[in-house]
Amino acid sequence: MKAACSAPAIEVVGLHKHFARVHAVRGIDLEVRSGEFFGLLGPNGAGKSTLINILAGLTRPDEGRAAICGHDVIANYREARRALGVVPQEIVFDPFFSVREVLAIQAGYFGLGGRDNKAWREELLHTLMLADKGDANMRALSGGMKRRVLIAQALVHRPQVVILDEPTAGVDVELRASLWLFVRRLHKEGHTIVLTTHYLEEAEALCERIAIMRDGQIAALDTKEALLSRAVSKTLRVTTAEPAASVPPRLESKLRKRAGNILEFSLRAGTDSIPEVLESLRVAGHVVTDIATEQASLEEVFLALTQGRTATGSR
Amino acid sequence: MKGFNTLFYKELLRFYKVAFQTIFAPVVTALLYLLVFASTFKGRADILPGIPYVAFLIPGLMMMSMIQNAFANTSSSLIQSKITGNLIFILLSPLSAAEFFLAFVGASIVRAFCVAVGVYGAAVLFVPLPIEHPVFLVLFGLLGSAALGALGVIAGIWAERFDQLAGFQNFVVIPLSFLSGVFYSLRDLPPFWQTVSRLNPLLYMIDGFRYGFFGTSDVSPILSLALVAAFCVAVSVLAMALVGRGYRLRN
Repeated sequence: MKAACSAPAIEVVGLHKHFARVHAVRGIDLEVRSGEFFGLLGPNGAGKSTLINILAGLTRPDEGRAAICGHDVIANYREARRALGVVPQEIVFDPFFSVREVLAIQAGYFGLGGRDNKAWREELLHTLMLADKGDANMRALSGGMKRRVLIAQALVHRPQVVILDEPTAGVDVELRASLWLFVRRLHKEGHTIVLTTHYLEEAEALCERIAIMRDGQIAALDTKEALLSRAVSKTLRVTTAEPAASVPPRLESKLRKRAGNILEFSLRAGTDSIPEVLESLRVAGHVVTDIATEQASLEEVFLALTQGRTATGSR
Repeated sequence: MKGFNTLFYKELLRFYKVAFQTIFAPVVTALLYLLVFASTFKGRADILPGIPYVAFLIPGLMMMSMIQNAFANTSSSLIQSKITGNLIFILLSPLSAAEFFLAFVGASIVRAFCVAVGVYGAAVLFVPLPIEHPVFLVLFGLLGSAALGALGVIAGIWAERFDQLAGFQNFVVIPLSFLSGVFYSLRDLPPFWQTVSRLNPLLYMIDGFRYGFFGTSDVSPILSLALVAAFCVAVSVLAMALVGRGYRLRN
């Protein structure tokens, strides 16, 4: 199967979903291009899992439609599911089988099982550091290992689109790094990757475009750079020749930290200007020897877009 | 087709891996019934002419075991998968509702036949039991276990907790299977209870299955076959509709 889709990897139009009185998804329109590394962020209860479940065919939408690689998730569910691999958020497993059996069975559901697929399954075991656990029963694995098996299961049919729903929750640092290396490789090979995570630095490091969900809607959808540029502030770090005992009064409100000959200012994007700050310091007699700026993190943007929201638990 | 084969194979493997519980235990239970009832009613008059009571019991016990195990196989597999969450692996796959349904029911039929063969194999060591109409035997066995397998799919989908499923099993399946003429003939009952018993679809499964062994039955075997087939189709259509709609499976 080709790694890239000939249509948009994910297309969602006018999607709505209610659970009793909760309007979990409120009119989402979304397009994820083939080959993108896409981040889907939002606080608990924002509707991310519901959206993913609709894409995976686990939840039926009340209104609207969704397609994977151009295949409608309801009308052409077989093609849509062949094109999609989902790593579920919760660790679930079948206690009756070994790791190799689980993978062979999952491949079989997709009509795969030949020599090529067997080689791919072994490669997955090897890459996910499960090769020595292949014949162990699922019950005998640790939580981190079970999560890796979930990842292997989602990839066993080489889907064009891979959705990773918080794949690194509870995974140790070493494994997390190797996992991202593997996901980057899949992305390089042309697979579309959709990532939801609570570790915003992961999304910032990996994703090209990011959607931030809030209250069942998409609160923001843009490239990572454009989202970061929405930040209300950035940091200016100034090194002076001598330790500064004081700063000009007009800069005091912006001063965030003073340590030796380093001054750190928090500047409001759009209104505060770096040259003006430097000029004020020069006029006050400070000799500036170095400056550095630091953009706001995705976390800051995320909080600004989702603040005021009470966490209500993942759906 | 390969997806169906895999799910069918997986469901077979599931009960095979715990065969002690899923095959041997029900065989032993059936043999204990046989031992107790045969000893207790030793010397009583033949229910069917020329057929000792102990021989009369065996087909009923075989069919009762098939019914109960076919139901248990689909229903327990589904509820376990739902509660542990691993049903998601099947739901994420491109399998159709028909493939899903047939694989589960197919495996329940195989388990039912394994148990029946086990009971038969052990019983014939003590009681000669010729087979008069093997085609009827197989047809009633297939339709009866398919019907209860399908009923197990319905119960497994409907139940959200183990106790709900246990309730279905203890208050519906077990009473219906005990009150279906396993231990007695319909003709031995008072007229009122005969009429009530005729509303029990499991009665026709056991009576027809017994006809396969002895060539004699309380109800015409053709009528029983038609009623059992109709019941099998009805529960299968309902089960398929639930799977197709994703009732309690796909939100």
